[in-house]
Amino acid sequence: MSVMGESGTAKGGAPYVELSGISKFFTGVRALEDVNFACDLGSTHAILGENGAGKSTLIKIMSGVLQPDAGEMRVGGKPVTFRSPSEASDAGIVCIFQELSLLPDLSVADNISISDPPRRFGLIDGRAQRRRAEELLARIRCEDVDPRSLIRDLSLSRRQMVEIAKALGKNPKVLILDEATSALTSRDVETVYDLLGQLKADGVASLFISHRMHEVDKLCDTLSVFRNGSHVETFRKGERSASEIVRMMIGRDVEAQFPPKPEPVAKPAHLSIRNLNWENRLNGVNLDVAKGEIVGLGGLDGQGQKELLLALFGVLRGVEGTVKAGEVTGIPGSPDVAKGGKARIALVPEDRKTEGLMLPMSIANNLLAASYDKVSNGPLIDPAKEKAVVAEAIEKLRIKIGSAQDAVATLSGGNQQKVVIAKWLMTDPEIILLNDPTRGIDVGTKQEIYRLMRDLADEGRAILFYSTDYAELIGCCDRIAVMYDGAILTELEGDAISEEAIVAASLNIDTGAAA
Amino acid sequence: MTLLRQNRAFVGALAMLAVLYIVYNFMHPRGFSTAVLVQNANEAVAIAFVAMAQTLPVLLGGLDLSVGAVMTLAACVASVLVNGSPAEILFGMAATLFVGAAFGFMNGLIIVYGRLQPIIATLATGAIAIGLALFIRPKPGGDVDGDLNWALTNSLWDFVDTYQLFDPDAAWFAPVAWIPVPLILLFGMAAIVWIPFKKSVTGRTVYAIGSAEGAAYMSGLPIDRARIAAFTLGGFLAACGGLYLAIQTSSGNADVMQAGTYTLNSIAAVVLGGTSLLGGAGGAIGSLVGALILRVISFYFRIVSIDPLLQPLIEGLVLLAAVSLGAIRTLRVKNRLELFR
Repeated sequence: MSVMGESGTAKGGAPYVELSGISKFFTGVRALEDVNFACDLGSTHAILGENGAGKSTLIKIMSGVLQPDAGEMRVGGKPVTFRSPSEASDAGIVCIFQELSLLPDLSVADNISISDPPRRFGLIDGRAQRRRAEELLARIRCEDVDPRSLIRDLSLSRRQMVEIAKALGKNPKVLILDEATSALTSRDVETVYDLLGQLKADGVASLFISHRMHEVDKLCDTLSVFRNGSHVETFRKGERSASEIVRMMIGRDVEAQFPPKPEPVAKPAHLSIRNLNWENRLNGVNLDVAKGEIVGLGGLDGQGQKELLLALFGVLRGVEGTVKAGEVTGIPGSPDVAKGGKARIALVPEDRKTEGLMLPMSIANNLLAASYDKVSNGPLIDPAKEKAVVAEAIEKLRIKIGSAQDAVATLSGGNQQKVVIAKWLMTDPEIILLNDPTRGIDVGTKQEIYRLMRDLADEGRAILFYSTDYAELIGCCDRIAVMYDGAILTELEGDAISEEAIVAASLNIDTGAAA
Repeated sequence: MTLLRQNRAFVGALAMLAVLYIVYNFMHPRGFSTAVLVQNANEAVAIAFVAMAQTLPVLLGGLDLSVGAVMTLAACVASVLVNGSPAEILFGMAATLFVGAAFGFMNGLIIVYGRLQPIIATLATGAIAIGLALFIRPKPGGDVDGDLNWALTNSLWDFVDTYQLFDPDAAWFAPVAWIPVPLILLFGMAAIVWIPFKKSVTGRTVYAIGSAEGAAYMSGLPIDRARIAAFTLGGFLAACGGLYLAIQTSSGNADVMQAGTYTLNSIAAVVLGGTSLLGGAGGAIGSLVGALILRVISFYFRIVSIDPLLQPLIEGLVLLAAVSLGAIRTLRVKNRLELFR
């Protein structure tokens, strides 16, 4: 049972949105049980909890995607039932979802006005629609996005900003942001912070879901913690310490977030990159990674970090420069060549839903996808070997599953990401490339991944790790190579690694300290 | 620039059509004459309408195997109804188009509420359409108004002349008098039906569904309504093709083979016109151009002497080459991940 804290209605009067006794079950599995929750206009309200705690279900119910099995929701004092997302947005509740809701083949302007485009004579008015897009994009300082360009041509960060512009266009009274900053670059994150402050002043309620504690600390005035489908507590910022909050979220104490780093020792380079060029995105990259080392790629988003990883994995065409991976010289021609052969490279891709997993296929098939040769006799797959190998992988990464034959889409985000990582570990790679592997996954799984990265390095693998979260880079990496305009200008090592140094190097500012 | 890049496939198709047709006219002994243009236009109208009809289900990410059959059904209905007094003729034409739209509407209902894949649902309903066509017209034949046939299958001059609208030799009329009526019908229909549809919320929703159905749903778009509307419009356009075919041949023929050929060619035309078979990108005007390309390719066989036995073989090779041109862009893609998006 959960009890609504007094502070949830601190401003006096009834809260704008109020949920009482809300329950939701999926084929008998409890997602939410008897949840009471409220939020006020003009507050920035964080919802905290591990993946699977019921946060997503809660906001899906509030935004009309799901209908509760029991309980009542009131908006502005009146009971409501939303049968679809459009009904919720008519009532002023708008959600920016973690899974992007944009249409890749339509233009930015089309997407922003998709549910209620400006019309002339009953037909969509393209020019008014573009003007509207320009205004909304300007509000979030994205003037550089052309309203006519297709969504598929934009980077993930820009897409997320378009998503925010789209939500703003609906004039929300309650804006729900589900991990809305996880795909953003540092610059865009700042813009979103400013926007939230402005919305608060305008009397809009923001519900903020984030796995980044420093964000929550900075932005939110009220916090609600969920665990296991129940509402644990709602309190004002400052009433609970960070460790108390974490304990509430996971129901147990946590050890330090990042595993300890070993003493730096000079080791010969295993992966050595010299003067790598591709289109105008990579401009002479030089980098060495030794076995047993975790090297981070820092910098603002879109400075060539992703392209560097893709180039090393043989995805890009027309890459120039030299790459030496152990004994092997040369840039792989395809992912198939990269993973096989002597180089043994693995890449955990950026977007697990499209590049990392085959969502409708089983967990077992996803795990095996990169290493069928290990479980087959000639052209046929050996079921006994398959079973053993899959069981081992699930065991090793502690993936929480029902059956290995279930579709991988049924898993939570954190467990899906574990499947992606496990799939690549099954190929026994010597070089592991990680492209933002902790995006949108819960604290617990993040910590497991950090631990795993360190273990893999200790086994003598070379790890190249790109993350948009500076705290993560600082906590995990032995060395950080900061990229700027397609090249590595600064490498930070040991005590030189600090947030200030990374930020300075990202912006190519010489503060003396980051040299 | 952005627009050109985003419509590269369509612009490419247009260029291909222009080159093919100009070369054809140079090779033709009576090239660049109204007579040749009128004849070619007549032969292109039905497939162009059917290709436009096919575009809608393809934009949704599916295929409609019934378009050729609906066209055949409409032609058979027209062969019975389109004659008599002017009022009766107009009623017959309206009824024909209504039959097509209603059939498309039924397809839409079955697919939306029966939760069937379009390809399999329309395989079945296509057979039903042929069955109905055979019932209406067990043997080829019919009686379509002769004046209408003449007026709609010739140049604008003949149209004005047939109905005595005004003096067809008037000086102001001369610059447009040569334009074949079938082309006006084709492009006119595209302009008054397709362009408003594309700019409507329903039309936008069709693109949205093909692009990312989940995102379309989450944006609160009227998904079911758009699906049904798309199939209804598809049925209507297929019926336009059937109506024209009946007027052109003055008869109806429930020809199973012909229906199948039209369906398959419509898919080829859609692809040639730059619409993605994955849905979400492209348009009916592109398919119209694609259909014209297909027809022009077949015209070449009349002026180049090729053993008729070799004709299907050559036709297949040319089609393969034409479709491959559309795939050339993939050679330019530097980030191979983009090929899968």
